[in-house]
Amino acid sequence: MWHLFHWRWFHRLGSPRWFYQASGKWLPWLSLLAAILLLVGISWGLGFAPQDAKQGNSFRIIYIHVPASFLALAGYYVMAIAGAVGLIWKMKLADMVMKSAAPIGAVLTFVALVTGAIWGKPTWGTYWVWDARITSMLVLLFLYLGVIALQYSYSSQEAASKASAVLSLVGMVNVPIIYKSVDWWYTLHQPATIKFTEAPSMHPDMFQPLLVMILGFYCFYAVALILNTRVEILHRERRTRWVHDLVTAQSNPAQLK
Amino acid sequence: MFQFESINDFIQMGGHGYYVWSAYLISLSVLIWLVVSPLQRKRKFIQEMIRQQRREMARQDISNT
Repeated sequence: MWHLFHWRWFHRLGSPRWFYQASGKWLPWLSLLAAILLLVGISWGLGFAPQDAKQGNSFRIIYIHVPASFLALAGYYVMAIAGAVGLIWKMKLADMVMKSAAPIGAVLTFVALVTGAIWGKPTWGTYWVWDARITSMLVLLFLYLGVIALQYSYSSQEAASKASAVLSLVGMVNVPIIYKSVDWWYTLHQPATIKFTEAPSMHPDMFQPLLVMILGFYCFYAVALILNTRVEILHRERRTRWVHDLVTAQSNPAQLK
Repeated sequence: MFQFESINDFIQMGGHGYYVWSAYLISLSVLIWLVVSPLQRKRKFIQEMIRQQRREMARQDISNT
Protein backbone atom coordinates (compact mmCIF):
# COMPACT_ATOMS: atom_id res chain seq x y z
CA MET A 1 0.00 0.00 0.00
CA TRP A 2 2.73 2.38 1.06
CA HIS A 3 4.84 1.82 -2.03
CA LEU A 4 1.78 2.14 -4.28
CA PHE A 5 1.23 5.60 -2.96
CA HIS A 6 4.90 6.36 -3.45
CA TRP A 7 4.91 5.30 -7.09
CA ARG A 8 1.78 7.20 -7.94
CA TRP A 9 3.57 10.32 -6.76
CA PHE A 10 6.57 9.44 -8.91
CA HIS A 11 4.47 8.93 -12.01
CA ARG A 12 2.44 12.04 -11.46
CA LEU A 13 5.62 14.08 -11.21
CA GLY A 14 6.76 12.45 -14.43
CA SER A 15 3.62 13.52 -16.25
CA PRO A 16 4.34 16.57 -18.42
CA ARG A 17 0.69 17.61 -18.27
CA TRP A 18 0.61 17.55 -14.47
CA PHE A 19 3.87 19.50 -14.32
CA TYR A 20 2.60 22.09 -16.78
CA GLN A 21 -0.52 22.74 -14.74
CA ALA A 22 1.17 22.69 -11.32
CA SER A 23 4.09 24.89 -12.38
CA GLY A 24 1.61 27.44 -13.73
CA LYS A 25 0.47 27.94 -10.14
CA TRP A 26 4.00 28.17 -8.70
CA LEU A 27 5.34 30.59 -11.29
CA PRO A 28 3.80 33.90 -10.13
CA TRP A 29 5.01 33.37 -6.54
CA LEU A 30 8.46 32.19 -7.51
CA SER A 31 8.89 35.08 -9.95
CA LEU A 32 7.79 37.60 -7.33
CA LEU A 33 10.19 36.12 -4.79
CA ALA A 34 13.07 36.11 -7.29
CA ALA A 35 12.38 39.72 -8.32
CA ILE A 36 12.23 40.98 -4.73
CA LEU A 37 15.37 39.11 -3.64
CA LEU A 38 17.37 40.26 -6.67
CA LEU A 39 16.19 43.85 -6.40
CA VAL A 40 17.05 44.02 -2.69
CA GLY A 41 20.33 42.17 -3.20
CA ILE A 42 21.49 44.34 -6.09
CA SER A 43 20.73 47.66 -4.38
CA TRP A 44 22.27 46.41 -1.14
CA GLY A 45 25.38 45.12 -2.88
CA LEU A 46 25.86 48.15 -5.12
CA GLY A 47 25.04 50.95 -2.74
CA PHE A 48 24.96 49.85 0.88
CA ALA A 49 27.52 47.10 1.44
CA PRO A 50 30.90 48.48 2.55
CA GLN A 51 33.70 48.53 -0.01
CA ASP A 52 36.59 46.12 0.31
CA ALA A 53 39.69 47.44 2.06
CA LYS A 54 42.03 46.16 -0.68
CA GLN A 55 39.85 45.96 -3.80
CA GLY A 56 37.71 49.04 -3.29
CA ASN A 57 34.43 49.12 -5.18
CA SER A 58 35.35 46.54 -7.83
CA PHE A 59 34.58 44.08 -5.01
CA ARG A 60 30.87 44.72 -5.63
CA ILE A 61 31.09 42.44 -8.67
CA ILE A 62 31.11 39.55 -6.17
CA TYR A 63 27.34 39.93 -5.76
CA ILE A 64 26.85 38.74 -9.34
CA HIS A 65 29.95 36.62 -9.81
CA VAL A 66 29.57 34.24 -6.86
CA PRO A 67 25.80 33.56 -7.19
CA ALA A 68 26.18 33.02 -10.96
CA SER A 69 29.06 30.58 -10.40
CA PHE A 70 27.04 28.75 -7.71
CA LEU A 71 24.09 28.30 -10.02
CA ALA A 72 26.26 27.41 -13.00
CA LEU A 73 27.45 24.43 -10.95
CA ALA A 74 24.11 23.63 -9.28
CA GLY A 75 22.53 23.80 -12.74
CA TYR A 76 24.96 21.17 -13.93
CA TYR A 77 23.78 18.81 -11.20
CA VAL A 78 20.18 19.48 -12.22
CA MET A 79 20.99 18.74 -15.87
CA ALA A 80 23.02 15.59 -15.15
CA ILE A 81 20.55 14.17 -12.62
CA ALA A 82 17.61 14.87 -14.94
CA GLY A 83 19.60 13.21 -17.73
CA ALA A 84 20.23 10.14 -15.57
CA VAL A 85 16.57 9.87 -14.55
CA GLY A 86 15.50 10.15 -18.18
CA LEU A 87 18.05 7.53 -19.20
CA ILE A 88 17.19 5.01 -16.46
CA TRP A 89 13.42 5.39 -16.07
CA LYS A 90 12.66 6.72 -19.56
CA MET A 91 10.84 9.62 -17.95
CA LYS A 92 9.90 12.13 -20.63
CA LEU A 93 9.67 15.08 -18.27
CA ALA A 94 13.24 14.46 -17.06
CA ASP A 95 14.48 14.63 -20.66
CA MET A 96 12.69 17.93 -21.13
CA VAL A 97 14.19 19.33 -17.91
CA MET A 98 17.66 18.26 -19.04
CA LYS A 99 17.25 19.96 -22.40
CA SER A 100 15.92 23.15 -20.76
CA ALA A 101 18.69 23.24 -18.15
CA ALA A 102 21.48 23.35 -20.76
CA PRO A 103 21.04 26.90 -22.16
CA ILE A 104 20.35 28.33 -18.68
CA GLY A 105 23.51 26.73 -17.34
CA ALA A 106 25.48 27.98 -20.32
CA VAL A 107 24.28 31.56 -19.76
CA LEU A 108 25.09 31.42 -16.03
CA THR A 109 28.56 30.03 -16.73
CA PHE A 110 29.05 32.80 -19.30
CA VAL A 111 28.01 35.38 -16.67
CA ALA A 112 30.42 33.87 -14.13
CA LEU A 113 33.29 33.99 -16.65
CA VAL A 114 32.56 37.50 -17.92
CA THR A 115 32.08 39.06 -14.48
CA GLY A 116 35.22 37.23 -13.33
CA ALA A 117 37.19 38.63 -16.25
CA ILE A 118 35.92 42.18 -15.63
CA TRP A 119 36.70 41.84 -11.94
CA GLY A 120 40.15 40.43 -12.73
CA LYS A 121 41.28 43.55 -14.61
CA PRO A 122 41.36 46.01 -11.67
CA THR A 123 42.25 43.28 -9.14
CA TRP A 124 44.86 41.10 -10.85
CA GLY A 125 45.74 43.45 -13.70
CA THR A 126 44.51 41.05 -16.37
CA TYR A 127 41.19 39.94 -17.82
CA TRP A 128 42.17 36.34 -18.24
CA VAL A 129 44.61 33.77 -16.89
CA TRP A 130 44.74 30.12 -17.85
CA ASP A 131 44.58 28.87 -14.31
CA ALA A 132 42.77 25.77 -13.07
CA ARG A 133 39.59 27.43 -11.77
CA ILE A 134 38.97 29.56 -14.83
CA THR A 135 39.91 26.84 -17.31
CA SER A 136 37.65 24.28 -15.63
CA MET A 137 34.80 26.82 -15.73
CA LEU A 138 35.47 27.25 -19.44
CA VAL A 139 35.26 23.46 -19.80
CA LEU A 140 31.89 23.65 -18.00
CA LEU A 141 30.69 26.17 -20.59
CA PHE A 142 31.76 23.82 -23.40
CA LEU A 143 29.97 20.89 -21.73
CA TYR A 144 26.76 22.92 -21.64
CA LEU A 145 27.26 23.98 -25.27
CA GLY A 146 27.94 20.34 -26.16
CA VAL A 147 24.62 19.24 -24.66
CA ILE A 148 22.82 22.03 -26.56
CA ALA A 149 24.54 20.98 -29.80
CA LEU A 150 23.68 17.29 -29.29
CA GLN A 151 20.00 18.17 -28.84
CA TYR A 152 19.98 19.47 -32.40
CA SER A 153 22.21 16.90 -34.09
CA TYR A 154 19.83 13.93 -34.11
CA SER A 155 16.64 13.60 -36.08
CA SER A 156 15.07 11.50 -33.32
CA GLN A 157 14.46 13.21 -29.99
CA GLU A 158 15.04 9.93 -28.17
CA ALA A 159 18.57 9.55 -29.56
CA ALA A 160 19.31 13.22 -28.84
CA SER A 161 18.20 12.83 -25.22
CA LYS A 162 20.25 9.69 -24.75
CA ALA A 163 23.42 11.27 -26.17
CA SER A 164 22.92 14.48 -24.15
CA ALA A 165 22.37 12.52 -20.94
CA VAL A 166 25.53 10.49 -21.49
CA LEU A 167 27.58 13.63 -22.19
CA SER A 168 26.24 15.43 -19.10
CA LEU A 169 26.98 12.39 -16.91
CA VAL A 170 30.52 12.02 -18.26
CA GLY A 171 31.00 15.77 -17.75
CA MET A 172 30.23 15.38 -14.03
CA VAL A 173 33.96 14.60 -13.65
CA ASN A 174 34.58 18.29 -14.18
CA VAL A 175 32.46 19.44 -11.23
CA PRO A 176 34.72 18.34 -8.33
CA ILE A 177 37.69 19.66 -10.34
CA ILE A 178 36.07 23.10 -10.37
CA TYR A 179 35.39 22.98 -6.64
CA LYS A 180 38.86 21.77 -5.72
CA SER A 181 40.82 23.72 -8.34
CA VAL A 182 41.63 26.58 -5.95
CA ASP A 183 43.09 24.15 -3.41
CA TRP A 184 44.88 21.75 -5.75
CA TRP A 185 46.72 24.18 -8.00
CA TYR A 186 48.46 27.47 -7.50
CA THR A 187 46.07 30.18 -8.64
CA LEU A 188 45.30 33.89 -8.58
CA HIS A 189 41.71 33.03 -7.77
CA GLN A 190 40.85 33.36 -4.10
CA PRO A 191 39.71 30.23 -2.24
CA ALA A 192 36.06 29.68 -1.43
CA THR A 193 34.60 32.36 0.82
CA ILE A 194 31.61 30.29 1.81
CA LYS A 195 31.98 26.77 3.14
CA PHE A 196 29.33 24.58 4.66
CA THR A 197 31.70 23.42 7.38
CA GLU A 198 32.92 26.79 8.67
CA ALA A 199 31.70 30.31 9.25
CA PRO A 200 32.16 32.53 6.19
CA SER A 201 35.46 34.42 6.06
CA MET A 202 33.63 37.62 5.20
CA HIS A 203 32.34 40.47 7.26
CA PRO A 204 28.57 40.06 7.95
CA ASP A 205 27.88 43.44 6.29
CA MET A 206 29.33 42.05 3.05
CA PHE A 207 28.04 38.52 3.53
CA GLN A 208 24.34 39.27 4.11
CA PRO A 209 23.71 40.90 0.72
CA LEU A 210 25.65 38.02 -0.89
CA LEU A 211 23.32 35.53 0.79
CA VAL A 212 20.30 37.47 -0.49
CA MET A 213 21.74 37.40 -4.02
CA ILE A 214 22.44 33.66 -3.85
CA LEU A 215 18.87 32.97 -2.74
CA GLY A 216 17.62 35.32 -5.45
CA PHE A 217 19.66 33.47 -8.08
CA TYR A 218 18.28 30.12 -6.90
CA CYS A 219 14.71 31.42 -7.29
CA PHE A 220 15.58 33.00 -10.64
CA TYR A 221 17.06 29.71 -11.79
CA ALA A 222 13.88 27.87 -10.83
CA VAL A 223 11.76 30.40 -12.73
CA ALA A 224 13.94 30.19 -15.85
CA LEU A 225 14.01 26.38 -15.75
CA ILE A 226 10.24 26.13 -15.32
CA LEU A 227 9.56 28.62 -18.15
CA ASN A 228 11.87 26.78 -20.54
CA THR A 229 10.53 23.36 -19.56
CA ARG A 230 6.94 24.50 -20.10
CA VAL A 231 7.67 25.55 -23.68
CA GLU A 232 9.44 22.24 -24.26
CA ILE A 233 6.39 20.38 -22.88
CA LEU A 234 4.04 22.24 -25.23
CA HIS A 235 6.23 21.42 -28.23
CA ARG A 236 6.60 17.73 -27.48
CA GLU A 237 2.96 17.25 -26.47
CA ARG A 238 1.52 19.33 -29.30
CA ARG A 239 -0.44 16.37 -30.68
CA THR A 240 -2.21 15.65 -27.39
CA ARG A 241 -5.77 16.56 -26.51
CA TRP A 242 -4.86 18.73 -23.51
CA VAL A 243 -2.50 20.97 -25.49
CA HIS A 244 -5.16 21.41 -28.17
CA ASP A 245 -7.69 22.35 -25.50
CA LEU A 246 -5.21 24.78 -24.00
CA VAL A 247 -4.65 26.44 -27.39
CA THR A 248 -8.39 26.62 -28.04
CA ALA A 249 -8.90 28.29 -24.66
CA GLN A 250 -6.19 30.81 -25.59
CA SER A 251 -7.61 31.59 -29.02
CA ASN A 252 -11.19 31.99 -27.81
CA PRO A 253 -11.56 32.32 -24.04
CA ALA A 254 -15.36 32.55 -24.23
CA GLN A 255 -15.61 29.14 -25.90
CA LEU A 256 -14.27 27.44 -22.80
CA LYS A 257 -17.52 27.99 -20.89
CA MET B 1 23.91 53.34 5.22
CA PHE B 2 24.42 54.47 1.64
CA GLN B 3 28.16 54.28 0.98
CA PHE B 4 28.42 57.17 -1.48
CA GLU B 5 28.36 60.93 -1.01
CA SER B 6 26.51 61.69 -4.22
CA ILE B 7 24.96 60.07 -7.27
CA ASN B 8 28.07 61.01 -9.22
CA ASP B 9 30.21 59.22 -6.62
CA PHE B 10 27.93 56.21 -6.95
CA ILE B 11 28.40 56.12 -10.72
CA GLN B 12 32.19 56.67 -10.48
CA MET B 13 32.60 53.97 -7.79
CA GLY B 14 35.99 55.39 -6.86
CA GLY B 15 37.40 54.78 -10.33
CA HIS B 16 35.93 51.28 -10.64
CA GLY B 17 32.61 52.41 -12.10
CA TYR B 18 33.42 51.10 -15.57
CA TYR B 19 34.10 47.58 -14.27
CA VAL B 20 31.25 47.37 -11.77
CA TRP B 21 28.56 48.81 -14.04
CA SER B 22 29.57 46.84 -17.12
CA ALA B 23 29.57 43.59 -15.09
CA TYR B 24 26.09 44.32 -13.74
CA LEU B 25 24.63 45.50 -17.05
CA ILE B 26 25.94 42.57 -19.09
CA SER B 27 24.73 40.09 -16.45
CA LEU B 28 21.30 41.64 -16.07
CA SER B 29 20.67 41.81 -19.81
CA VAL B 30 21.51 38.13 -20.43
CA LEU B 31 19.49 37.07 -17.37
CA ILE B 32 16.47 39.02 -18.61
CA TRP B 33 16.88 37.38 -22.00
CA LEU B 34 16.79 34.00 -20.22
CA VAL B 35 13.21 34.55 -19.03
CA VAL B 36 11.95 36.63 -21.98
CA SER B 37 12.97 34.13 -24.67
CA PRO B 38 10.85 31.18 -23.39
CA LEU B 39 7.86 33.53 -23.07
CA GLN B 40 8.34 34.61 -26.69
CA ARG B 41 8.72 31.02 -27.85
CA LYS B 42 5.53 30.08 -26.01
CA ARG B 43 3.60 32.92 -27.66
CA LYS B 44 4.92 31.89 -31.07
CA PHE B 45 3.94 28.28 -30.42
CA ILE B 46 0.38 29.21 -29.40
CA GLN B 47 -0.04 31.45 -32.47
CA GLU B 48 1.27 28.71 -34.74
CA MET B 49 -1.13 26.19 -33.19
CA ILE B 50 -4.10 28.55 -33.52
CA ARG B 51 -3.29 29.04 -37.20
CA GLN B 52 -3.09 25.28 -37.65
CA GLN B 53 -6.43 24.71 -35.90
CA ARG B 54 -8.10 27.33 -38.11
CA ARG B 55 -6.70 25.69 -41.23
CA GLU B 56 -8.06 22.35 -40.08
CA MET B 57 -11.47 23.82 -39.27
CA ALA B 58 -11.63 25.47 -42.71
CA ARG B 59 -10.75 22.16 -44.36
CA GLN B 60 -13.52 20.40 -42.44
CA ASP B 61 -16.02 23.10 -43.46
CA ILE B 62 -15.16 22.58 -47.11
CA SER B 63 -15.54 18.81 -46.89
CA ASN B 64 -18.89 19.20 -45.09
CA THR B 65 -20.47 21.35 -47.82
